[in-house]
Order: sequence, then C-alpha cells, then structure tokens
Amino acid sequence: MTNEVLLTTIPLLPLVGFALNALIALVRARKNSSVPEKLVSFIACLFPILAFVLAIKLFFVLKGDHQITAISTGPLFTWMQAGFIDVSFGFVLDHLSAVMTLVITGVGSLIHIYSTGYMHDDKGFARFFAYLNFFLFFMLILVLGDSLVTLFVGWEGVGLCSYLLIGYYFNEPEKASAGKKAFVVNRIGDFGFLVGIFFILKVFVSNQLDGALLSFAFIQEHKELLAPLATLIGLSLFVGATGKSAQIPLYIWLPDAMAGPTPVSALIHAATMVTAGVYMVARLFFIYEMSPESLHVIASVGLATAFLAAMIAIVQTDIKKVLAYSTVSQLGYMFLALGVGAPQAAIFHVVTHAFFKACMFLGAGSVIHALHHEQNIHHMGGLFKKMPATALPFLVSTIAIAGIPPFAGFFSKDEILWNVYQHAPRGMYLLAVLTAGMTAFYMFRLFTVVFMGKFRGHHEPHHLGFNMILPVAVLGLLAVVGGFLGVPEILHGENHFHHWLGYLTQSQHTETANHGLEMNLMIGSTVWAVAMSLLAFSLYSRNLNWTQTLKQRFAGFYKIMCGKFYVDEIYEFFIVKPIRLISEHVLWKGVDTRLVDGLMVNGSANVMSLTGRLVTLFQTGVLGNYLLFLWLGLFVFLIVVFS
Amino acid sequence: MINLHHYLVVASLMFTIGLAGLVIRKNLLVIFMCVEILLNSVNLVFVALARDFGLMEGHVVVFFVMAVAAAEAGIGLAIVITLFRKRQTIQTSDWNLLKG
Repeated sequence: MTNEVLLTTIPLLPLVGFALNALIALVRARKNSSVPEKLVSFIACLFPILAFVLAIKLFFVLKGDHQITAISTGPLFTWMQAGFIDVSFGFVLDHLSAVMTLVITGVGSLIHIYSTGYMHDDKGFARFFAYLNFFLFFMLILVLGDSLVTLFVGWEGVGLCSYLLIGYYFNEPEKASAGKKAFVVNRIGDFGFLVGIFFILKVFVSNQLDGALLSFAFIQEHKELLAPLATLIGLSLFVGATGKSAQIPLYIWLPDAMAGPTPVSALIHAATMVTAGVYMVARLFFIYEMSPESLHVIASVGLATAFLAAMIAIVQTDIKKVLAYSTVSQLGYMFLALGVGAPQAAIFHVVTHAFFKACMFLGAGSVIHALHHEQNIHHMGGLFKKMPATALPFLVSTIAIAGIPPFAGFFSKDEILWNVYQHAPRGMYLLAVLTAGMTAFYMFRLFTVVFMGKFRGHHEPHHLGFNMILPVAVLGLLAVVGGFLGVPEILHGENHFHHWLGYLTQSQHTETANHGLEMNLMIGSTVWAVAMSLLAFSLYSRNLNWTQTLKQRFAGFYKIMCGKFYVDEIYEFFIVKPIRLISEHVLWKGVDTRLVDGLMVNGSANVMSLTGRLVTLFQTGVLGNYLLFLWLGLFVFLIVVFS
Repeated sequence: MINLHHYLVVASLMFTIGLAGLVIRKNLLVIFMCVEILLNSVNLVFVALARDFGLMEGHVVVFFVMAVAAAEAGIGLAIVITLFRKRQTIQTSDWNLLKG
C-alpha cells in the first residue's frame, strides 16, 4: 500500500474499533447480558496498536528521506462547497503531526491496555472502550487534518469524547455536572476559535481569493495578507486554546474533569487532548510570528497559569487533583515556550509531559484501584513497599517532572527556561524558575505522602494485574529516556528534536552561543529543583509538624490556596449568577413565558378563538338566513366584479 | 304579440318568487318546490333566448337541466322522507342542530 493510503488508514482504525465496541455495548444493553470483556479488550487495544505501527512506519518514511517534508493525501473528498469557499477533507503528516501522532497512538495504546485492567468488572466496559477509541479517532483527525476546518472537526470531536468520558459515571450527579462544566467552558473557547477562523476567511475573501481557503498550505502561502490582522486572529485562536488546553481564564474545567475514570484523565486530560491548543498554536506559528503582541499575551497567560496552578497544587489533598493542577501548570509552561518563540521546545515538552504525566496518572489510578477508590492522599502512605511496581515508575516520573537530569522533564523544561531567558524579560524567567521549584516541591510532596512513611489506609491494597503494571512501567521507562530526543548541544547532544521541528519557526534565532551562561543556568535550575525536592521530601516524611506550623503561621494564605483562589466562586458570582438571573427573569419569564408563550403562541390562539366566536354568531341554524347570506355575498361579489 | 321581453319578465318573476320562497318559507317541501321554480325560470330563459337567436344549444341545455332536476327531486324527496321519519316534522326551524 502506498503511504497515502496508510495515512488515511491511521485515523480510521480507531473508528472501526469504536464501531465494533459500540455495537457490542448496544447489543449488551438490549439483551442485558454480561459484556464479553476479553473480546472488547482485544478490539479496543488492537486498533490503536495497529495505528501506532502504521504511524511508526510513516515516521520512518519521513525520517529516512529528507526530501519528503510531508506525506499528504491531498483532498480525499469535498466536504463543503459554497461559492468561494471550498473545504475538502484531507490528511497531512509532516514532522509536527508525526510527533503528535506517535504520542497519541503510542501513549494511547498503553492507556488502552491499562484500562482493560482498571475498568475490569465495570458495567459499561464496552461503552467505555467505544468512547476511548472514538476519542483517538477525533484526536488523530485533529492532528492529521490538513486544514483549519478539519482541525476544528477533531477539536470539537475530542471535546465531545471528553464530555462523555468525564461524565462516564453519569448516575452520580456531580460527575455528570463536571462533564457539563468541561463542555460549556470548552464551548466558550471554541467560540473564540471560530471567530479566528472567520477572520482568516474574511481576509482571504476580501482579497478575492478562492479555492481551499482554510487549508494550512494555503494559509501559509498567503500569510502576508493576514499580517494586518495577525494579532486579532492569533488572539481569537488563542482563546480557543485557553479553553481546550486549560489556561487562564478557562482552566477551571480541568480539575473537575478528574471525575472521569483515571485512564481517561491520563489519556485525555494529561497526555493528548489538552495539548491540542499547543499543537494548534505551533501549527499556525507562522501567523503568531507576525504578531509579537499576541506572543507576549500567550507567554504571560502561560506563565501566570503555570504559577497559579502550581500554587494550588501544593495544598491539594486529592491525588488526582494534584496531578490535574500540575497538568494545568505544565501546559502553562508549554504556552510560555510558544510565547517566547520556541514551538519546538513546547512540543518537546508536550512529548515528555505525555510520558511522565500519563505514567503518574496511571500510577495514581493503580493506587486508587488498589485502595478501593480511595483518593485522599492522607489515607495512603507507605505504598512503596506494598506496590513497588507502581511506585518506582511514579518516582521516576516525579523526578522527571521536577526537572532533575537526566530524566525526560529536565531537557524539555530546561530548553523552555533557556528560551525564556533569551527572549523574555528577566522577571518572567525568575517566575518560571520559581514555578519549576514549586513543581518539584508539590510533586515530591505527593510522592512522599503517598508512597513513603506509614500506611494510613483503611483497606489493604489488593493485587494488580499484569496489564496494569506493564503500561506504567513502559511509560516510566519513557520518562527516563524520553529526554534524550532533544539533548541540547551544550551537553554534546545534537538536539534532534529541535532540528526535526526546525521548520516551525521562520527566523532562526542567531544563537548567541553563550554556552557558559547556559551551562550555569542549567546547573542552577538543577540545584534549585533538587533542593526543592529534598525540602518537600524531608518536610513530609520526617518533619510533618513543621508543615502544621507553617499552616498555622500562614493560615489566611493557606485558606486562600485551599480555596483555589476562589476562582470558581468568583466566576460563579460574576458570570454564572448574572447569566442565571438574566436567563430566569428576562429570557425565561420575560421572553419565553410572556413573549413567546403569552403573546405569540397563546396570543394567536386567543385571536383565533375570539374571531371564531364572532363568526359563529352567523351560524344561526336557520336555513333562510344562510340563503340570505349567500345571496348577499353573491350580490357583493357581482358588484365588485362588474362595477 | 308576445315577444322575448314577456318571457324574460315572467322568468325573472318566477326567479324572484323562488328566491323569496327559499328565504321565507320553512317547510322543506315548499323550499324544495321553490328550487324547482328557480330551475324552471332559468329553463324558460334558455328556451326563450334559443328561439329568439335561432340556436339549438339552449334547448339542449334545458334538457340537461330537466334531467338534473329530476335526479335532484328523487334524492331530495328521499331526504325529506327520511327526515320526516326521524322526527315527524320537516319544518327547517326544527332541524337547526348545526349552529354556532
């Protein structure tokens, strides 16, 4: 088969898996019989793995031949044709989408395998895997689509799957409403995304271009036309990214999204979907390059999110919430990298983050599963001895996210920090380093409280199957070695990753080649991360009473942090409540009840019945009267016609 | 000499009597007869004009009208009989269920 056919097959494989499992789920629901778990697991894992194999094959095609910059299927079929707009469906695999596809199918396959253990004996087993495959399908559409519209299809599709999977336990109201919250908040972002698309369309249309206006190739070819509106377009699209990738001000849905099953959190809300915003900005980086203002905004929002989320993460007591805020914080890092003009570093961090954060989420899932759905970290402890196969990868990932060499997170984080140092004000750099230290602190706090010390749980952890240990171990291994994809030149690496994605930025930064400085900063940030890690370790393993003292000393601030800075409450008061009030008193009781129901529906009915009552007065039941009316009518008619 | 005008005057008188009868009278049988008067007044106009213009079409139409009137009389009288059997009355004022 040709490469183009293989490329088309990649996203379709999970779709087949979805169709089969959805069929099983439907049949099971009708017959009310038990799920054939083995069959469902086989189907669910087979298709993502096949997609992964194909992705590897195509990756090597790209890697093998430097002449080929992208494999494109061209337009597979015309989707919409309206006057000057011509939208066709097509896939393109270039270096950027190859990286994303490998992460999605690779990490996705591992998480599918893990889920077969985690979801064992769940009533909705088939439904769960159907959704999960469906998600992979849309995610692949998102990264492989060759136009902004195709990307948007995937964008909305993953939003839908995210909603379905967060609210997977839909019979528990707060979980269902967490799904709803994610959906609504994402919708706000998507509105901005759409506005951005429309801006691009408007520019092209007013320049009387036609053809495949929204394909990436076309946009890139005519990007000079977009220059005057670049800031507006960039920021509108970035609003979409803040929704999908959980940045300020729309990050609030991600912590709540932890209501879904833990593998979902690992796959969708850590490794893949939430990085869609980063992917989108990297994909359209040629637009952002034309607008330094929008890059400043992205960098500031990213840094602020990273810092705020890290602060909240320090005081969380739910194992998944800590990881969720950590994800928000790391996503902030990625946007910071984008904002300082280093999409390569951002995507590199996407990849390493996918490894170690998926590993941690799956590890957390194992812990939760083993402890019979206990999520409070203060009811854990001492699990290192009881669950070494889970604890070790978790430790590795914790070291990786803390940014300690030579684990994966160090390289990506350090590349970001170096770029921030070079291209941003010093204050931003210091804040970024501070946040890195906080990351190390809260992650080691989590690790220490969960895995070290004495066991404080209620149930003995039960045995975990091989299918739940293997994926965590593989991801842990990747968290160790993943960073070697992009070893910077200063450490005698070749930074393959940077060169692989070098085409994303137009202006190659003239390397100031201040290697001494870079080395010093690197050592500094490493020492800083190690120090914070050790601090957290010693605080939470030996000197727990110190943390109590700290809590009492800073009681007010601690309370604010525990309240997550009351962002949800502020939104509730300033946005949700006014909308509720307006909806209730103006739209519902005013427009709907009075205007639509009262005036229009009942009003027209009342007019009709009144007219009817008047007209029935003529129906006397006396034959003579009827005839009289008949003659009179004829008389009038004749006069009108013949006069 | 009796000419076309006389026929037309008689015909319009018959038509007026028929109309007035329809509106005023309440006995269904009389109303029925009034309808016959109306039809015959029209017939009279047809034959009078046909003779005056020397055309055959008018005569033909009259035959059609008579045929239709015969059929109508058959059905109409049947209805009258049915109504009478139901309530022993054919006064239209007694048959006024269909009113607003």
